[in-house]
Amino acid sequence: MANDRHGRYRFLAGAILPALALYAVFVLSPYAQAFYLSLTDWTGVSGQVQFVGLDNFTRLVRDPLFLAALRNNGLMLVVVPVVTIALGLLLAALVTFGGRRGSAIRGASSYQTAYFFPQLLSLPIIALLWQFVYHPNDGLLNGFLRAVGLDALARTWLGDPHLALWAVMAVLVWSSVGFYMVLFAASMSAIPTEIIEAAVLDGAGKLATLWRIVLPLLRDSVQVAFVYLGVLALDAFAVVQVMTAGPGGPDNATEVIGLGLYRNAFTYSRFGYAAAMGVALFFLTLTLAVLALRAGRRERVELA
Amino acid sequence: MRRAHAFLIAWAAVVTLPLLWAVVSSLKTDREILTSPWSLPATPRFDNWSRAWNQADIGRYFGNSAVVVGCALLLTMLLGATTAYALARYPFRGNRILYFGFVAGMLFPVFLALVPLFFVVKQLGLLGTYPGLILVYTAYALPFTIFFLHAFFRTLPTALAEAAFLDGCSHWGVFFRVMLPLARPGLVTVAIFNFLGLWNQYLLPLVLNPDPDRYVLAQGLAALSVSQGYRSDWSGLFAGLTIAMLPVLAAYVIFQRQIRSGLTAGAVR
Repeated sequence: MANDRHGRYRFLAGAILPALALYAVFVLSPYAQAFYLSLTDWTGVSGQVQFVGLDNFTRLVRDPLFLAALRNNGLMLVVVPVVTIALGLLLAALVTFGGRRGSAIRGASSYQTAYFFPQLLSLPIIALLWQFVYHPNDGLLNGFLRAVGLDALARTWLGDPHLALWAVMAVLVWSSVGFYMVLFAASMSAIPTEIIEAAVLDGAGKLATLWRIVLPLLRDSVQVAFVYLGVLALDAFAVVQVMTAGPGGPDNATEVIGLGLYRNAFTYSRFGYAAAMGVALFFLTLTLAVLALRAGRRERVELA
Repeated sequence: MRRAHAFLIAWAAVVTLPLLWAVVSSLKTDREILTSPWSLPATPRFDNWSRAWNQADIGRYFGNSAVVVGCALLLTMLLGATTAYALARYPFRGNRILYFGFVAGMLFPVFLALVPLFFVVKQLGLLGTYPGLILVYTAYALPFTIFFLHAFFRTLPTALAEAAFLDGCSHWGVFFRVMLPLARPGLVTVAIFNFLGLWNQYLLPLVLNPDPDRYVLAQGLAALSVSQGYRSDWSGLFAGLTIAMLPVLAAYVIFQRQIRSGLTAGAVR
């Protein structure tokens, strides 16, 4: 290899430079420009860019719509990962250990097949589907409630400011649980059944076994799940944009950061201000990732 | 055991019922949907599907998605594989910096880039064009592709490549004839991952692809729900929704093992 230096460098250039050029133009440069733009008042007219320092950010913390978005994304950041992971763990445990004496349940792979499918649909399509499910008059959910005599529980799910965000979160959970269930089930099936049997013989209850024995062994998967679901909850743009009126819901009940960014940039042409929202979102994502990775590092249990 | 099955079946119902309901509704008349949302259609109305495909332009959006995603996927795999291979197997000054530079792209939310990206694409005259979308899709799919394949190329044995070099094979020859075939499992995994990611793109086309004639499927369907919602052509919308879901379902039924293991492996890496 070494005797052919020219060929080697020509090869390396040919192999790397096209990708690098594309990446620099469409990924690196926009990211870098975003930080600069967030410090300007640019409205899209070329040549008229004023440097305004941190003005956009001070406006941001006083913008009631942005604060509403921050609150909504914050709530989703807590609820969506916790509920999804809890359901995913429970379903994975039932499938992996729910059979006779802690073995896999019959039909385990059929369950996984069914649960996983929503993961493959794009979020706007899922949102469209659920818009119909939630429809107050002709939707599946209210239709079901009325059919089983629970008329009193029927609601205008997406039209009620107290319910809309929860309805949106339910859709995110619905679409993600299957994926994480499959992920967790794969890790669980690597746990030797003797460990589970020993715990059960020692009189540990089912939930205690799951919480004390299985969960610590799944730390890595759960940590990954927290980061991915957190990123999903900080976004939520597609679901909210397609599903809720406005978009942004009644009383801005489902306003999210991405929606505000999109509206400010492409409806009002406040590009500097929108860029500032992007920077804020970036720091939120970064904080989330660092916190999740830190929390995961503390203790690690390895199977010998 | 009983309780376990009961719970598992309940969740299966929660997952599948909305999907089944959409498919069944796509075969009903508007009247049937509104008056008896639970029953099966008196006669299956496949004309809903053809109406959605032809008049509501779902067919056109489908074609747009196929062209853009097909080209972007090919380009991503080609550029990603060559770059990952070069970075994984050739030590040179700046190698680590390049690798981390590419991989860092996975850390940033797309929203951060959105505003400047719009102007970059606009200034290049690529707004609302196939090449514009293809290049942007590829650029944003590269970090994960390089990250995944870099790890994969590192695990491949060196003996075969060295033997090929001794036989007088060129660098490109070794890459295409020896290394790529060896990397097939990794390539398939990352290709499935990328296909789903690109097929489901929504934010990027929404911003960079404003021409309704070039809408991709998810984008077109979302726009349709706004316009059709007023005319309340429910059956047509359900048909569009079903048409958008069926190919994914078909692919899943055929490749389910690879898709599931590929996607979950991608997440853990």
